[in-house]
Amino acid sequence: MADKVIYAMYDDDNVLKDGAKKLVSKGVKVSEVFSPFPIHGIDPIIGVKNTRLGIMAFIYGLTGLTLATIGMRYFMVVDWPMNIGGKPNFTYLDNILAFIPISFEFTVLCAAHGMAITYFLRNKTLPGMPAQNPDPRTTDDRFVMELRTSENSQFSAEELEAMLKETGIVELDQKDVA
Amino acid sequence: MISYGLIIAGILSLVIGLAVHSGDGDLYVTRIMGGLLSNSYFYFCIALGALFFLALNYATEAGWYAYIKRPIEAIALALPYGAGMLAVVLLVITVMDGAHVYGWMDPELYKEGGHHYDPIAAGKQFYLNKTFFWIRTVAYLATYLIFLRGFRKRSLEEDRVGGTEIHFRNYRKGALFLVFFAVFSSTSSWDWIMSVDYHWFSTLFGWYNFAGMWVSTMVVLVMLVLYLKKQGYLPKVNDSHIHDIGKWMFAISFLWSYLWFSQFMLIWYANIPEEVTYYVARIQDHKFLYFFMFIINFAFPMLILMSRDAKRHAGILTFIGIIILLGHWLDAYQMIAIGSQGPNAYPGFIEFGIGIALAGVLLKLVLTNLTKAPLTPVNHPFLDESIHHDI
Repeated sequence: MADKVIYAMYDDDNVLKDGAKKLVSKGVKVSEVFSPFPIHGIDPIIGVKNTRLGIMAFIYGLTGLTLATIGMRYFMVVDWPMNIGGKPNFTYLDNILAFIPISFEFTVLCAAHGMAITYFLRNKTLPGMPAQNPDPRTTDDRFVMELRTSENSQFSAEELEAMLKETGIVELDQKDVA
Repeated sequence: MISYGLIIAGILSLVIGLAVHSGDGDLYVTRIMGGLLSNSYFYFCIALGALFFLALNYATEAGWYAYIKRPIEAIALALPYGAGMLAVVLLVITVMDGAHVYGWMDPELYKEGGHHYDPIAAGKQFYLNKTFFWIRTVAYLATYLIFLRGFRKRSLEEDRVGGTEIHFRNYRKGALFLVFFAVFSSTSSWDWIMSVDYHWFSTLFGWYNFAGMWVSTMVVLVMLVLYLKKQGYLPKVNDSHIHDIGKWMFAISFLWSYLWFSQFMLIWYANIPEEVTYYVARIQDHKFLYFFMFIINFAFPMLILMSRDAKRHAGILTFIGIIILLGHWLDAYQMIAIGSQGPNAYPGFIEFGIGIALAGVLLKLVLTNLTKAPLTPVNHPFLDESIHHDI
């Protein structure tokens, strides 16, 4: 089925937000919004699900904590017990205080890197990947709303465009996709 | 109603405690004075934390808090009463030559060649003496109260006249307050709390106390805001405001735990006799109390408040808030009681009685303070931003 993508460009984020609200109340599905900065409050309007990045951060942090504990126990206790400042490391638990800062650092390191890489992968924005925004001006001072006819089968492309024109757009563009 | 109930329950418990322990001799007085000191310090700190938080928001020109500014002010306005109570308790202790709470106030320690001569205390006499102690105490309390008076006066004036001039004056005064507070919050906790263990010292102590103070304030604030919202007084408080205060609770619990650990680990690692005495007294004789206090102040908020939904859930926040308050109350208790009573210290009817009664007084004061000004600071320049706060 031929799918048509309609791009509506705005020059103000609040106008876009009000427009999206109006369209959604009429039953239109907004598939994406491109913006140079996060627009507060747009997520619930266009129905973006809550991010699950936090759960991944927790898992990465736990991984880091486990790796740090296993590593330090092996290096400092099992393989070659270290005697630092008169505190011999014969057991991990007796010296756990000394290991806490490193456990903490490694937890943070793994959580932060894991989150950043997951974010890039999920958004397909790893360095060198092709840009996906429809217009380079959305990285500057323009805001673009994207509608797809396949997701709004109850409306024709002309009806969608007519509705968009009532919401204070500054430019309208459309593209056929296979 | 709740506040009167708390006051009556607290006084009953205090009376029972006084009757039960009346045969304890010297320890009896130490215990009462120590209990009064730790409790008045704890509640004084809740009010002071609110004043600090207000000044912090002024100095950073924060916007989100504007709609809940009056509850913050209401907590801060309990400060004169807290300061008064603290001053009276300190005065009684001073008149009693320390009452074994402030061991360094005992004049016997400074008689050279005497039976109780203490060369370490004598070496600190230029700082730890009654006159200088009172000069500092009066300076701290006066500074706090003067700033509180100014903030409140300008806050009410802003309601009447509006404009941005008052906002910028608050901005400058807030920054000035933070400068004083940075020094005084450290030195006052050395004077009032650390001097209980007058042989011992820790440069982190001021920060440690400051973090405990701040998190207690945020807990009281979130419970107050949730209560007012439930009663319908603050209809425009949304999930984002609650979430933000919840984040403060979570973050400052971590700050406190971090400072607790930093102080502990450095002393543990260096293992210098004059420093470890503090922890020997706490870990050998009061292992359960000390680590229980640490765990409820650290593990509970960490595990339960970690998720986003928990920070927006009134029930969870209140539950965790009460636990954190108890934890920091125990922290204030152990800092003074273990230092002054040694192995015999344990929290009983006396300490809990004073604590519960003062909780009732604080609640009554805060709710009364709320009635004295409109709940919405109508001319705050960031009020609109605060109402539309969204994160």
